[in-house]
Amino acid sequence: MELLELREVCKTYHLGELDLQVLKGVSLSVAKGELVALMGASGSGKSTLMNILGCLDRLSSGEYWLDGQEVSDASANERARLRNRLIGFVFQSFNLLARTSALDNVSMPLTYGTEFVSEDEMKARAVEMLRKVGLADRMHHQPSQLSGGQQQRVAIARSLINRPRLLLADEPTGNLDSRTSEEILQMFRDLNEKEGLTVILVTHDPEVARHAKRTIRIRDGLIAGGPEIKREEIQK
Amino acid sequence: MRAYRTFKTAMRALRRNVMRAGLTTLGIVIGVAAVIAMMEIGNGSALAIQHTIATMGAYNLMVFPGNALMGGISTGTGGSMRLSPQDADAILTDCPSVTAAAPVVYARAQAIYNNLNWQPGSLLGTTPAFLEVRDWGDMAQGSSFTDRDVRNCSKVCVIGKTIVKMLFQDEPPVGKEIRLMNVNFKVVGVLKAKGANMMGSDQDDIILAPWTTIKYRVSAVSSTAATTAAATTTSVLPSQVYPPAPASLYSTPSSTQQADTPQPVRFANVNQIVVSARSAGEVQQAIEEITALLRERHHIRPNMPEDFTIRDMTEMVRTMSSTTELMTTLLLIVAAISLVVGGVGIMNIMLVSVTERTREIGLRMAVGAQSGDILHQFLMEAIVLCLIGGAIGIALGRATSVLVRLIKHWPTAVSVGAIIVAVAVSALVGVLFGFYPAWKASRLDPIDALRYE
Ligand SMILES: Nc1ncnc2c1ncn2[C@@H]1O[C@H](COP(=O)(O)OP(=O)(O)OP(=O)(O)O)[C@@H](O)[C@H]1O
Ligand SMILES: [Mg+2]
Repeated sequence: MELLELREVCKTYHLGELDLQVLKGVSLSVAKGELVALMGASGSGKSTLMNILGCLDRLSSGEYWLDGQEVSDASANERARLRNRLIGFVFQSFNLLARTSALDNVSMPLTYGTEFVSEDEMKARAVEMLRKVGLADRMHHQPSQLSGGQQQRVAIARSLINRPRLLLADEPTGNLDSRTSEEILQMFRDLNEKEGLTVILVTHDPEVARHAKRTIRIRDGLIAGGPEIKREEIQK
Repeated sequence: MRAYRTFKTAMRALRRNVMRAGLTTLGIVIGVAAVIAMMEIGNGSALAIQHTIATMGAYNLMVFPGNALMGGISTGTGGSMRLSPQDADAILTDCPSVTAAAPVVYARAQAIYNNLNWQPGSLLGTTPAFLEVRDWGDMAQGSSFTDRDVRNCSKVCVIGKTIVKMLFQDEPPVGKEIRLMNVNFKVVGVLKAKGANMMGSDQDDIILAPWTTIKYRVSAVSSTAATTAAATTTSVLPSQVYPPAPASLYSTPSSTQQADTPQPVRFANVNQIVVSARSAGEVQQAIEEITALLRERHHIRPNMPEDFTIRDMTEMVRTMSSTTELMTTLLLIVAAISLVVGGVGIMNIMLVSVTERTREIGLRMAVGAQSGDILHQFLMEAIVLCLIGGAIGIALGRATSVLVRLIKHWPTAVSVGAIIVAVAVSALVGVLFGFYPAWKASRLDPIDALRYE
């Protein structure tokens, strides 16, 4: 069953006189429980696509079906609610709140939920998430007191607190060394395999993409299908 | 519930940078402290000035016989005789705006004690109500003479501080006898020091005695104008001029007292009646009431001029209260300016903080914060900051005013109004100056905000 589907999605940035078309008719679908890697050269539009998938940005044309709902013309507030309910984000630069404990960082998204969660439940859920990412003994540490890998794990715990359907990670290991990257990627795989969470990873590292079951390549604003790429490689 | 959540988020954000929060709110702290301290000091001086006005007799009215419009010549017709102690009693009982009234008889005499003598600035015959009118309250020593002393023509007096200094030097005066016109007066009390009045004359250079005693024992044998008045009076029977006085007004004198009293006729004119109005605002009403009452008592026909004059100190009161008002207004303007400056400080730092926390705002939006949530959060931060600043400011302002009172001995008075206004104003400053930065924060685009370096 499809969790999300893009049909002929275009995204154009207007820079003064100049129109810059970054996505030129992207169509793709991702089923529930998939672990997908999104690859492509720098500037090919990976982050742009992720922003659209994450309901952070609006598309210029096309359709976006998320969880059985057409969301391409949702208002800013509707998109905020969708993000809160369905999507978890993991960023390359962690984006944790400074001088705030891991616990408070993790429970922060619950503040903006539509249903009311009591203070105690917020804490219990944050503790549970931190335990899941192996940071039960670092709950009261602030980001500056944690290593890069630990910070990224806090960020993953934060992205999971709302029990999202879709986890979007834009270069989640870009700032980490290879061993820590391996740990983080293993965590995504566990989440995907054990809990059936749909994960989309952006990366340009083939080593990272190796963890994924499917790789989507993007080139010049268009999806380059796996087989075609293979054919190109053969031609080379 | 959502408001509480926003409040908690705001508190967490503030706690992340206590130093900055403190500096941000410093302007409000100082502003509110200034408002509170100035209001308390201003209130204190206003009360002190009001008290001064009261002790100087600003609520007082003076009723004189004769009409000022008629001038000195016309008063020769005998109109100047028509003011009696009974008029004073009637003013007190019949005029609701009047709190006290006392008849006054003037006299001049040398005061002698042992080998010292002194010409007192004023020697007045009156009733104990005089002290009430002049707001002379408690005595420094001893007590006042009584209404009984007035009825009995007792030879007692109370004296001011200057008299004590001039005649008694270091001796305690109460119980001693001073001589006025060959009559010995026992000193029963010493008045509290009042100092000079607005015109610079010494208010403590005074001897007060029952008016009956002054009239019949001192003026009767002295050669002042009062003697003539008293002498004239004896020839006029009370019933011819005024309705009969209530019989109970004076106790029937005993035979010894009668023997002691040179003039048995208990009707007299007085030189003046002093009256105290209930408040500065009621002075005008008191004048109207007294005028109506005395016109009736003196059988003056509607188109005829009055045979008495009432003077008040409206001008003085007006001057003094306008000074206080001006001062309070100026203080408030200064305080308001400092609050606005504090508010601008808050806005400035909130704007910096919004820029600095752009990524945080982006992140909050990414995890589902709507622009309203961001707006409320920053607004709440500003309001909480201002309220905390206001609370600290109130404490600081109160402490300042207490210090000023202790060190400089300035009068201060707690102003509950100022505290309420300070709290309200600091919340308002928070909303007003916090709104623009909060609005700016809420208008950020999540993608741009997340990418912001
Ligand atoms: N807000 C924007 N306004 C204008 N142009 C933009 C904007 N965001 C991205 N672009 C342009 O869109 C193109 C794709 O950008 P994008 O960030 O999606 O690339 P990317 O594939 O994520 O690259 P990288 O691997 O380096 O992160 C770039 O040429 C960029 O200049
Ligand atoms: Mg990118």
